[in-house]
Amino acid sequence: MNIVDLARFQFAMTTIFHFFFVPFSIGTAFVVAIMESMYVKTGNSQYKKMTKFWGNVFLLSFAVGVVTGIIQEFQFGMNWSDYSRFMGDIFGAPLAFEALLAFFIESTFIGLWMFTWNKVGKGLHLFFIWMVSFGTLASAFWILTANAFMQHPVGYSIKGGRAVMVNFGALITNPQLGFEYGHVIFGALLTGSTIFAGLAAFQLLKKRAISKESKQIYHKTMRLSFVLMFIFSILTIGLGDLQMQYLVKEQPMKFAATEAVMKTTGERAPWSVIAFVNPKTHEVKGNIDIPDMLSILSYHKTTGSVKGMEEINKEMEKKYGTRIAGHKMNYYVPVNTLFWSFRFMAGFGTLLALVSIVGLIMTRKGHETLYKHRWCLWVVAILTFAPFIMNTCGWLITEFGRQPWTVYGVFTTAQSVSPNVSVASLLTSNIVYFCLFTILAIIMIALVVRYLRKDPDDIENQEPKLADPFAKGAF
Amino acid sequence: MSFLQILWFVLIGVLFAGFFFLDGFDYGVGMAVETLAYNEKEKSQVIETIGPVWDGNEVWLITAGGAMFASFPYWYATLFSGYYLILLLILFGLIIRGVSFEFRAQSPEYRKPFWDAMLALGSLIAVFFLGVMFISMIKGMPIDANGNMKAQFFDYFNWFSIVGGVALVLLTYLHGLNYITLKTKGPISDRARNYAQALYWVLYVGEVIFALLLLFQTDFLRVHPILTWVCLILIVGFSVAAHICTFSDKQGLAFTFSGLTLVSLVALIFCGLFPRVMISSISSSYDLMIQSASSSNYTLVIMTIATVILVPCILAYTIWAYWIFRKRIEMPRVGDGY
Repeated sequence: MNIVDLARFQFAMTTIFHFFFVPFSIGTAFVVAIMESMYVKTGNSQYKKMTKFWGNVFLLSFAVGVVTGIIQEFQFGMNWSDYSRFMGDIFGAPLAFEALLAFFIESTFIGLWMFTWNKVGKGLHLFFIWMVSFGTLASAFWILTANAFMQHPVGYSIKGGRAVMVNFGALITNPQLGFEYGHVIFGALLTGSTIFAGLAAFQLLKKRAISKESKQIYHKTMRLSFVLMFIFSILTIGLGDLQMQYLVKEQPMKFAATEAVMKTTGERAPWSVIAFVNPKTHEVKGNIDIPDMLSILSYHKTTGSVKGMEEINKEMEKKYGTRIAGHKMNYYVPVNTLFWSFRFMAGFGTLLALVSIVGLIMTRKGHETLYKHRWCLWVVAILTFAPFIMNTCGWLITEFGRQPWTVYGVFTTAQSVSPNVSVASLLTSNIVYFCLFTILAIIMIALVVRYLRKDPDDIENQEPKLADPFAKGAF
Repeated sequence: MSFLQILWFVLIGVLFAGFFFLDGFDYGVGMAVETLAYNEKEKSQVIETIGPVWDGNEVWLITAGGAMFASFPYWYATLFSGYYLILLLILFGLIIRGVSFEFRAQSPEYRKPFWDAMLALGSLIAVFFLGVMFISMIKGMPIDANGNMKAQFFDYFNWFSIVGGVALVLLTYLHGLNYITLKTKGPISDRARNYAQALYWVLYVGEVIFALLLLFQTDFLRVHPILTWVCLILIVGFSVAAHICTFSDKQGLAFTFSGLTLVSLVALIFCGLFPRVMISSISSSYDLMIQSASSSNYTLVIMTIATVILVPCILAYTIWAYWIFRKRIEMPRVGDGY
């Protein structure tokens, strides 16, 4: 094991774990904000109970998301110090903005929201949760500005052996950022609504007495979630499609790998539903093809050839050379990982869109058949886990597909790693994080499961008695 | 050295000072959960004093890290890769502490003591190793010509850094006690004040040892004699002032002075470092300098504009949040996370 592999493993592990909770909390914060808006607008106490009940699930995810985010921030300096030196001029600014513009808002207003249910007016309390939601959305914008730069560097020049920012405007109008941010945010909102629909289904499936009011709250939750799932699945798929077309031009290697195209196709490219690639011999086996479909997906017309990985590799060898900073270069990316990740991601996305439509039909007023069939509820319940698979697959495509670069075409992963960190240190931190993440995940699941033994009706609210500290001359 | 470079060096210092002033009492309160409160009800009462605000306070650390990355990438790279295992321990502390608030709220009664312990332990670990890191840093670390630090065990852990770590634990603990005195009602408030009154005597001993070690182990007195003395006098002066206020029951002032003690400590570190950001124990020609460790002028301009606009807003809503939660905590919170 060398430090590059260990540092990469750690980055992948932390990102994936962190990204279980980020879309979870972005999405659920938004849905909870909508629920509270409905309460404020209608005055219906059911919506208040609904907000509080699901709000606690959001708070759990937020807690884990925050602590794993700190690891992400420190990791750039700890494991990738040469990357930080080379890129800090550009990469650091969005990170600092994320803290200044998003983290402060999120963390201050989440405290306000949690502890002021009986202290401030309804409207102000609603404002707090929308600020939290705004904070999470802004946070994603800044960190994706940094990531988009790594995928498609813009607005920089190389001076004195490091990249320096020359155009901040270019950084935030990076076309890559538009597609990536849209796709990630709609995906996160889809995640939040799917989780609530699924958890509500689990609650209805339990064979125990549920009060009439709680039942109504679960029904309302599912209905609202289906509406949001429908909207956000369509938007996510739409943005994903645009992003893929952008990739054909900007990162053809990533695109070719998601479609398992080893050799450049003819004018009418078929699309493989499934395929198995031998990455050593470049043989593609067992594929089931739909004629012309890949051309349609790539260019929105029936003709158009798609470049294969072999040709792209040759082009990149020509452009960047076979050695960079003493490291032998290989521009291939893990094709099977990308191919199957894409299929899981897109497949589940389509499934969620379909389920939301069927769900909406089956829960419309007077025809609430969905709740009567246990198997229907099971389908919705099991889909709780789908967003986690989809989000992980999305990151695998994005980050594995970027290899061997940390900054596409500019700086390689091998150049980025900390030269002074030992294998032992990295191994230690990997083990510590792995154990921590496993334990946190187990506790998190256990707490959610335990929490879901309650119903919205049971959530009580008692506030402590308060007295004014400034009354007796503290100053 | 340009104006913006100096400004950002000062701003990084301000961010760390803000972090120690605000999150400092969080850590103190965290440690007090196991050392001050007698039973689960009192523990809840203590935790609730920081429940709504600790998260916002911790963002000061995250911002300090992010701003260091953006304005002094070479400093960030050297510091974070060089203090690898120390930072791993700090992160470990921050994680177990950070999740303990919400996990405690959602746990059954018999599990709450476990999360109380995690909160206290996490706070202790984080603040002790932050102290070790900063104090060993001002002594000088083996940094080579490329800015890479390869330190041995005794570079990190020596008498100076350990005294520094303990002193920081004590300072934040006292800051936390003053905060609890101010924010609670009932026996816990009086007990916190009694603890503080006694512990300040211990702190004076620590401060004298720390000052002596500082004078012999660093070049601060040689490089910046006046500033060093001013900061040292301020540290002791604010401690004494806070101590006196605990006796006269000026709770708000006691808390303010214990916060200013921490601010003076950060000021001491940053004044002593200037115009360096990291000191090399191998050769002074390998020191990381403000001038060469910083980002380009363009990035600093962008960052300055953003900071000038955003920081007043942040301060405004932070103060507003504290104002909303200005009441003393009398009874433990009952319920589920609300």
